Amino acid sequence: MRFMLLMIPHGYETAAPGTIPDDVEAVGAMMAYNESMQKAGILISCDGLHPPSMGARVSFPGRKPKVVDGPFAEAKEVLGGYWIIDVPSRADAIEWATRCPGSENEVIEVRQIQEIADYPPEVQALTAEMASMQAVKKT
Amino acid sequence: MSAAPRDDAAIHRTIEAVWRIESAKIIATVARMVRDVGLAEELAQDALVSALEQWSETGVPDNPAAWLTAVAKRRALDRLRHRQLAEHKAGEIGRELDAQHAMAQADFAEAVDAALDDDIGDDLLRLVFTACHPVLSTEARVALTLRLMGGLTTDEIARAFLVPEATVAQRIVRAKRSLLEARVPFEVPRRHELEARLASVLEVLYLIFNEGYSATAGDDWMRPALCDEAMRLGRIVAELVPDAAEVHGLVALMEIQASRTAARVGPSGEPVLLLEQNRARWDHMLIRRGLAALARAEALGGALGPYALQAAIAACHGRARTAGETDWPRIAALYDALAELSPSPVVELNRAVALSMAFGPATGLEVVDALLGEPALQGYHLLPAVRGDLLFKLGRYEEARKEFDRAAALTRNTRERTLLLARARACLLPPA
Repeated sequence: MRFMLLMIPHGYETAAPGTIPDDVEAVGAMMAYNESMQKAGILISCDGLHPPSMGARVSFPGRKPKVVDGPFAEAKEVLGGYWIIDVPSRADAIEWATRCPGSENEVIEVRQIQEIADYPPEVQALTAEMASMQAVKKT
Repeated sequence: MSAAPRDDAAIHRTIEAVWRIESAKIIATVARMVRDVGLAEELAQDALVSALEQWSETGVPDNPAAWLTAVAKRRALDRLRHRQLAEHKAGEIGRELDAQHAMAQADFAEAVDAALDDDIGDDLLRLVFTACHPVLSTEARVALTLRLMGGLTTDEIARAFLVPEATVAQRIVRAKRSLLEARVPFEVPRRHELEARLASVLEVLYLIFNEGYSATAGDDWMRPALCDEAMRLGRIVAELVPDAAEVHGLVALMEIQASRTAARVGPSGEPVLLLEQNRARWDHMLIRRGLAALARAEALGGALGPYALQAAIAACHGRARTAGETDWPRIAALYDALAELSPSPVVELNRAVALSMAFGPATGLEVVDALLGEPALQGYHLLPAVRGDLLFKLGRYEEARKEFDRAAALTRNTRERTLLLARARACLLPPA
């Protein structure tokens, strides 16, 4: 089962553009954590995200797209990064999340990734192309 | 995690998860102290039992892994002390025992001093090599690897291999005894031996993978899990011996093969052949990972080994967006290399198919016909199946029909038989 561990750092919603993790010790601890997942053979990918002040939100009032640049005034929780892992159970995913050297202001949300096989057959037919869309480029 | 008591079911699930994540490391650490994987597993299990008892009362501790490791180590030290006493009492100690004793002493001091930053990587590597030791039968290596490295229960292993649990339990008990009797050292073999022993490790992993991949019968829900487990173990070994090209080759092969899982079976359970598969249903994340692992194997230089070559072949299919875009000349060339490196009638048969796709059915048929007398392929349904296909393409329908009928009679898989009989019937109504 694939799970996404979503890192939600409180305060990140108002972080200035260009904010980047600079606490060497914390980054080192996080790298050790990533490495432990890699060595356990379960890490599929992980990435950090630039703060929302560098992003944009596209909404659809009246079904028409509307673009708003970040930071977003009402946002209470925003993503700081994520891990995708492949483990046998939800309990395993949670257990891995508990091992993260997170700081006081961080929350990790554990979410299972939908597999095509989870969909009913008629929906599967519609989503069949999805897998081939997932060849994400990694630099 | 909070220390507040939780409901039992949740605690059990957590303990199971902790065990799956930590058991191999704990067993490996303890095995280095006591020099006996069987005993190490027992001590680790003891720690697990203590956890089950205590955590239901007190809740799961903040660092369950450290807790389990500490308890297992403490029990190991107790055992060593006990052994030391017993040996003193025994009085007459042989030379060999003396040596062992000295080792145990050294370990004893080492263990006492050991902080939690032990070199777990080396311990795990020792554990893999010990579980896959050549003194054990292949089945025993597979069972022991899944048990010690994968943290699977005997029940789970038994279900995966469709054998009674008692058989698996027996195999594991006997395997541990054999290791002890053969005085197999808990170590990573030295340089010259490493390669041969690594081959045994890779073989075990691939066996586990194939057991999951080629669902031949029965209760199949555990089997995709076996593929996952083999891939996970493969990735672990790849990180433990990152310089060995073949490890990355095997990981690449497993990932690319596994990428096709969802497309391999049709809606009514019938097998779907590679070229007819809906490629949109392939798991492109696994293909990507497989290609990355193959690139690692290639970057290590030297000629590709058998696993990397097979991965390179699988990669040709993985890269092709449609069956028609498949680079058959390259696949044929890779099969040539594979046939030279590890010749076998089955490789030869596959090479024939690749040649026919690249250079026409007649070229393929020549190679297939050379295999007709091959004793190893008598009774192998794919020989007449491939031959029938080539004859069909050459317009020799009557001969093709006989081959498909023969193939249908030889296969033991009902789905496959249906498919072959349909192809035989199609020979009666050849395309205009």
